[in-house]
Amino acid sequence: MKHLALAALVAATALPAMAQDVKVIGVSIPAATHGWAGGMNFHAQQAVERLEEVYPQLDFVLATASDPSKQVNDIEDMLATRNISALVVLPFESEPLTGPVKAVADSGAWVTVVDRGLAQDGIEDLYVAGDNPGFGRVSGEYMVSKMPDGGKIVALRGIPTTIDNERVDGFQSAIEGSGIEIVDMEHGNWNRDDSFTVMQDFLSKHPQLDAVWASDDDMAIGVLAAIEAAGRDDIQFVLGGAGMKEMIKRTADGDQMIPANVTYPPSMIATAIEMTAVGLTSTAPVAGTFTIGSVLVTQDNALDFYYPDSPF
Amino acid sequence: MSAKLDLRVLGPILALVALIVVGALLNSNFLSAGNITNVLSRSAFIGIIAVGMTFVITSGGLDLSVGSMAAFIAGLMILVMNGLLPTLGPGVALVLVGMLAALLAGTIAGFVNGFLITTMRIEAFIVTLGTMGIYRSLVTWLADGGTLSLDFGMRTVIRPIYYDGILGISWPIIVFALVATLGEVIMRRAAFGRHAAAVGSNDQVARYSSVNVNRVRMLTYVFLGILVGVATIMYVPRLGSASSSTGVLWELEAIAAVIIGGTMLKGGFGRVWGTVIGVLILSLIDNILNLTDGVSPYLNGAIQGVIIILAVILQRERKADG
Repeated sequence: MKHLALAALVAATALPAMAQDVKVIGVSIPAATHGWAGGMNFHAQQAVERLEEVYPQLDFVLATASDPSKQVNDIEDMLATRNISALVVLPFESEPLTGPVKAVADSGAWVTVVDRGLAQDGIEDLYVAGDNPGFGRVSGEYMVSKMPDGGKIVALRGIPTTIDNERVDGFQSAIEGSGIEIVDMEHGNWNRDDSFTVMQDFLSKHPQLDAVWASDDDMAIGVLAAIEAAGRDDIQFVLGGAGMKEMIKRTADGDQMIPANVTYPPSMIATAIEMTAVGLTSTAPVAGTFTIGSVLVTQDNALDFYYPDSPF
Repeated sequence: MSAKLDLRVLGPILALVALIVVGALLNSNFLSAGNITNVLSRSAFIGIIAVGMTFVITSGGLDLSVGSMAAFIAGLMILVMNGLLPTLGPGVALVLVGMLAALLAGTIAGFVNGFLITTMRIEAFIVTLGTMGIYRSLVTWLADGGTLSLDFGMRTVIRPIYYDGILGISWPIIVFALVATLGEVIMRRAAFGRHAAAVGSNDQVARYSSVNVNRVRMLTYVFLGILVGVATIMYVPRLGSASSSTGVLWELEAIAAVIIGGTMLKGGFGRVWGTVIGVLILSLIDNILNLTDGVSPYLNGAIQGVIIILAVILQRERKADG
């Protein structure tokens, strides 16, 4: 903490000298350790490149961290050595990042938090949030509309986290009373191999299923491979999520097994960086909470969500 | 003496039989041909690697890099096949080139580990911890943070390597059985197996007995690297993709299987067939947990941990007796 306080002090005293010159925006995000994070890294880099050309008076520092403590170090370094005027942060975990981000806010810098909230309210100036309960709800509502007479489904869950719990709760309350029954649910950890294994075992256990809520496109790929290998034709469709380009393409092409997708766009990091840049360079107010809704993608609108250049 | 030894040997087998009985009682589909094929096929990746790991551990070494190495080789194999697709076209020739690339990469990766450990005399734990990080980063970098996917046309050509087989037995099971048999024969009958155990038991004595210690150690790592390549050849056809989440923790599963099977972690004694049993125990636990209700999925890891420790405790007791 001493170190933090010192860093904050240095930044506060150095700020006036920097004010009329170039303003620095620090961007701190988790490294590309899985598909969604890879897409998020891609969109962060794209946004930074674009904005550096648009705003000559802004400079960007982009740091990717492979774990929470590395991210804390990154943020401390930005504050101590780069005199950042604003920080855009997608916290690896809420608890460990709350203190360091608060130190940035206390130094007078603008703070934008993305996706995962901090453990303490009121630190950030702008919160760009993904809608996890909404992600589950939209998925559930689609299932209900697709299976009006009800049916048996299995569900795959992500890595055990608050994000995953919120999604599953949203899904369960959306299908309540519809006649759709979740006969089994296991963690596929947002991983293709794990979901392949879990789905193989679900297929051995349940002789008849109507649909699968894979809840993520990486998991949907594993699920589809398991169904194909088992040669089962009782399953009518698989609903993934997050909008991976390969899966969006299949929906656009009219693949019956992948009739829809639900977005949880990794490009929300770009929204956050853009809004922060607008806030620093204009008088337009951007403080508050900006929730990015999870949208249902079907064959009709799939091409609007297809980004062939993104890695995700 | 021999009766006690037999009990010690029986430990892992009894654990496996107990698991099979529990599985059969809990779910009637457990012993179906489909489920058995699934479990054996998915065991093949870890199993093939664990056979190689048995030799490394027997000779007193350790390799933490195999999971990352498998991910990196899978990525490389996909890139090579995608890159040569326009010139060779989708077909058997391209599959063979991909396989060759995987085996070559595995050999080189094993050689690098072995070289750093034997010639440069760096602790195996440190060397392979380093290469583990290197391969994991490299595959993330190759995939640009996303996923490397095999070209769609090629996927249908390569798919049979995982899903098809002879007489209803799929290829991964056949290859796993061949590798395990070969490993068992080398460990029991060949001079190399005895040398590996001698080096792991006491490398000074082995050296005085004119065993080329460095050569034996080097060969165990190269052998393991080649087997990681073989496992990758089985893995890539399954989903046709590789990413930074491929092969995570495979190294620990392989090491756990080796130890459950009765090989000594500090070296000097190895048992390949025990390793095979260890691999089967680990995959059956997962399989049974998926097939049953009533156990919170949050506790899967805890149950695995308890069974691993129990299996080793069984053997420890016997050994203290003897």
